[in-house]
Parts: sequence; structure tokens; C-alpha cells
Amino acid sequence: MRRLKIQKLFFYLILFGMTIIYLGPFLFSVSISFNADKDVLTWPIKLIPEEWTLAHYQSVWRDLPFGQWLVNSVLITSIQTVSNVFFSALAGFAFARLRFPGKNIIFSMLLASLMIPGIILLVPKFIVLNEFRLINTYGGLILPGLVSVVNIFLMKQFFETIPKDLEEAALIDGCSYFRIFWQIFLPVSKPALAAVAIYTFQGSWNEFMWPVIVSVTNDMFTLPVGMAFLKNEFSVQWPLLMAGTILISLPTIAIFLIFQRYFVQGVASAGLKE
Amino acid sequence: MKAKKISASKKQQTKTAYSFLAFPLLVFSVFTIFPMLFAFVISFYDWNLLIPDKPFVGLANYVELAHDPVFLKAIKNTTVYTLGVVPTQTFLALFLAFIMNQKIRGRAFFRLAFYTPAITSSVVTSIIFVWIYSGPGLLNYLLSLIGVEGDDWLFNPKTALFAIMILNIWTTSGYFMISFLAGLQSIPQSLYEAAKIDGANQWQQFWRVTVPMVRPITFFVIVLGLIGCFQVFDQIYVMSSGGPVNSTTTMSYFTYQSSFKYFRLGYGAASAIVLAAIIFVATWLQKKYFPSEVN
Repeated sequence: MRRLKIQKLFFYLILFGMTIIYLGPFLFSVSISFNADKDVLTWPIKLIPEEWTLAHYQSVWRDLPFGQWLVNSVLITSIQTVSNVFFSALAGFAFARLRFPGKNIIFSMLLASLMIPGIILLVPKFIVLNEFRLINTYGGLILPGLVSVVNIFLMKQFFETIPKDLEEAALIDGCSYFRIFWQIFLPVSKPALAAVAIYTFQGSWNEFMWPVIVSVTNDMFTLPVGMAFLKNEFSVQWPLLMAGTILISLPTIAIFLIFQRYFVQGVASAGLKE
Repeated sequence: MKAKKISASKKQQTKTAYSFLAFPLLVFSVFTIFPMLFAFVISFYDWNLLIPDKPFVGLANYVELAHDPVFLKAIKNTTVYTLGVVPTQTFLALFLAFIMNQKIRGRAFFRLAFYTPAITSSVVTSIIFVWIYSGPGLLNYLLSLIGVEGDDWLFNPKTALFAIMILNIWTTSGYFMISFLAGLQSIPQSLYEAAKIDGANQWQQFWRVTVPMVRPITFFVIVLGLIGCFQVFDQIYVMSSGGPVNSTTTMSYFTYQSSFKYFRLGYGAASAIVLAAIIFVATWLQKKYFPSEVN
């Protein structure tokens, strides 16, 4: 019994130690962002600032093109998310439910493309967009991310679990496939659609490599590109940077908190179906 | 009559399917298939963004890469990075998932805690860690409390790469924890009960029951880890820009630098193809020597 207690104590010690390691850095960055002290880098470093201020958050909005970057990020992320949800469901339905010549070849090609390391596409994608005069435009930032193979795959797997009775009845009644897709499949697929939406949102919101290459002038930057630019170009103003990083992180954390059951479900259904 | 109806519906299915797939396939062709083939073409040219004349140079870009000390350094850095990060993050992810799968109070809180670094922008976590690693930063402060003299970790060529590796492990272990957690929850509780009856403690249960049962997920996590680490870019860009003295230049950063700093797109494309080849070999080796199922 005593051994069990010691084991339990040891276990909770590890748990709390890990929690401090994973959350600590964020707590310090929140603390710095509210710290009114002129020189935040003086030792001893305190987690709780002696004097609090909102000045750094005001400064983020006033002195930086933060509002413009936010608009860019929101625009890109929302268009890519809506597009991914709709088109991956549409394509997933075609692969799960329709029989057509070339289906297996096309599907294997999509799957095989998952093996292509993204880095290899970087230069040619840039040249293609440059030919279309889309560098430093919303088009260049948005177009390559409108559909993703992983999402199509996820939707196909999900649709395959839906029993065929309903759609057969609808077919006999003369419904079109689009109506079956829209009125029968979509309403029962909310968990899968939510998973696609959440993953696309996170990926698109946090995406860095592509926007850093495509956006040239700072009015086209997304939030992550803007923050990286601030960190690299000017003498580092930690409180301002930390305030900006906290603001960028809030939406992703909020979405995780609200939709966390879909996170686990999404990963689980993708993993189990392999 | 019946045969006719089925064939009509077949035609209709084909038409419907291709209209459903039209847009996704268009995007896929323009931004994946064509660029992939085009990458090889570019790599045979001296393709400079600023010079209209683009002469065919055959294998010259590849030959130059083989003799470019910075590129060779990048291969070495990337290999060290991957070999250091992938096993550590995989083990840590499994360990975190194992902890999360115990009967603990406040599980939702701990799951959020471990997952937060993974869902946060890589730029954000990199910036926070630049502060932690800086001269007057948190790490040196904590070290000073136990009487150890710190360093300027990201400005020392000996420690910079290692410092970025630790950040990467910190961010991705929580991400893969979620993958493992789904697998752990599908392990029948009876296996643990049986192990307990045999007198196995938690540590032994972890090694004897959990680890073998999640082997397929481990395979998947290692493959994704390899692919991600070989292409590490964001952290390098934000934290060190490849410096000091190229000690943190990774292969994808090299591709970026050649293509978009020096505008040598042909040379950059060639370096990306070499990187892709290395990734293929690495995943093939893994499949061969560490398959997802034991026969």
C-alpha cells in the first residue's frame, strides 16, 4: 500500500513537472507582454510583473500594421477553410460512392502525392505563380491551399462508413447525386467536416513557409510572417513581440478548447482506418 | 430494359464524379503534379529570377551542389537534427500519451497543456524560445540559480542547432501525443489487468503492453517525424537564419536561401530534389528495418 502511494506521488510529480515545461514558456511570454517595467530583461526574472500595463497591446495595434496582417490572415484562412471543407467533401463523396472509369488511378495518384516532400514544389510553384503575375497578391497566397489530399482522404473514409440504405431509397426516388450529397451525406457528417475545418484552420493560420516567399511588401504579410519580420528586422522589443505572439495564439487555442473532441475523433478516425 | 437503365446510370455516375472532382483535380494538377515534374526541368537550367536568359546546364547544378561546402554542411546539420529529434519526440509523445491515459483528475487541462505548443504557430514558439535562449533569458537565469554560467545559446555555433532541436521536440511531442492517445484508448483494458495480476508495475506495463500495442502508430509517427524534420524551416528562419557560420543551415533553409535570397532558382530546385531523394531513402529504410507490423 505504501509502495503504491509513493508510486502515485512520483507519478504526479512527473505530471506537474511536464506541465511546467510545456506551459511555462507561454506563461512567461504572457507575463512579459503585460510587464510595465522599462527593462523587462533585468534579473531576477519574475513570473508576476510588479507593475501591469496594457500599453504593449495598444502599441501592437497602433505602431504596427497588425490590423492589416490580421485582415490578411483572416481572409486567407477563412477562404481556404471553406474551400477545403466543401471540395474535400465533394471529392470524398465521388471516391466513396460513385463508380467511374479512372477512379483507382486518380485515387492512387492522390495518395502517392502525399509522399512528395513539400520542399520540392516550392520553386516550381513560385515560378508558376510568377508567370500568372500572382506573387505578392491574395491569389498567390490563397490558391495553392484551396484543396488538400489529406482532407479528401479523410472525407472518403468517413463517407464509406455511412450505410447505403438511405441513398438507395433516394436514388429510386430520382434524386440527383448532388442532392444526395447535400441533403443526406453532409448533415450526418458534421464530425468529419468539423475535423477538416479545424485542421485546415490551424494549418492555414499558422502557415509560414509559403506566405514568407509569396508576400513581398509588408501590407501582404500574414500574422506569422509579420511577427517573424519584426523579430528579424528591428532591434528586438520583447514586450511588443510577446503581446503580438499572444494575440496570434488566442484563436488557435480557443478553437481547440471549443472543438477538442473533434480533434481526438479526427485523428482517431484517420489513424484507425489505415 | 434493366440493363439499359444501369448503363445510363453508369454514364450519369461518371459525369457526376468528374464534375465533383473537376475543381480539386485542377488545383492538384496546377500546384502539385505540374510543379513536381517542372522541378526536375528547372534543376537542369541556370534559372535566375533576375536574368531573362536561362541556359540549359545539364547536371551542372548537381555537380556544384556536391562541391558546395555550405550544402554539405546543410546535409550534415539536417541529419544530426533529424536523428536527434525524431527518436526523442516519438518516445516523449508516447510517454505523455501513457500518462494522459491514466486515471487522473483534470485530464482535459493536462491535455491542453501538452498540446498547446503543437497548435501554436511555429513563429510564436520560435520567438518565445529566442527569448528563453538569449543572454539575459530565462534559461541562463535558471542556470544562474544553481550556480551555472550560461551562454548566448543561439549565437554559439556549438550550441545553436542543439537549442533549436530542443524547441522542436517541445512543440511536436504534444502533437504526436494525440495520435498515440487514440491508439492507447483502443488497447483492451484486460491486457493491463492481466499484466497487473502478473505483478507488473506501471513502468513494466508501459514497456511490455503499451509499446508493442502501438507499434503501427509508432511507425506512422516516425515517418511523419522524419518528413517534418528533414524539411525543418520555420524555426531556422526565425531563430538563427542559418547562422552562426552556417551551423544551423538545414537543407530546406539552403533551398530557400539559394532560391529566394540569391535568386538562383535552378540551383535551389536541384537542392530540393536531393533533399526529396534523401527523404525517400530514409522512409524506405525505415519501412525495411522497422515495419509497422511484426511478421
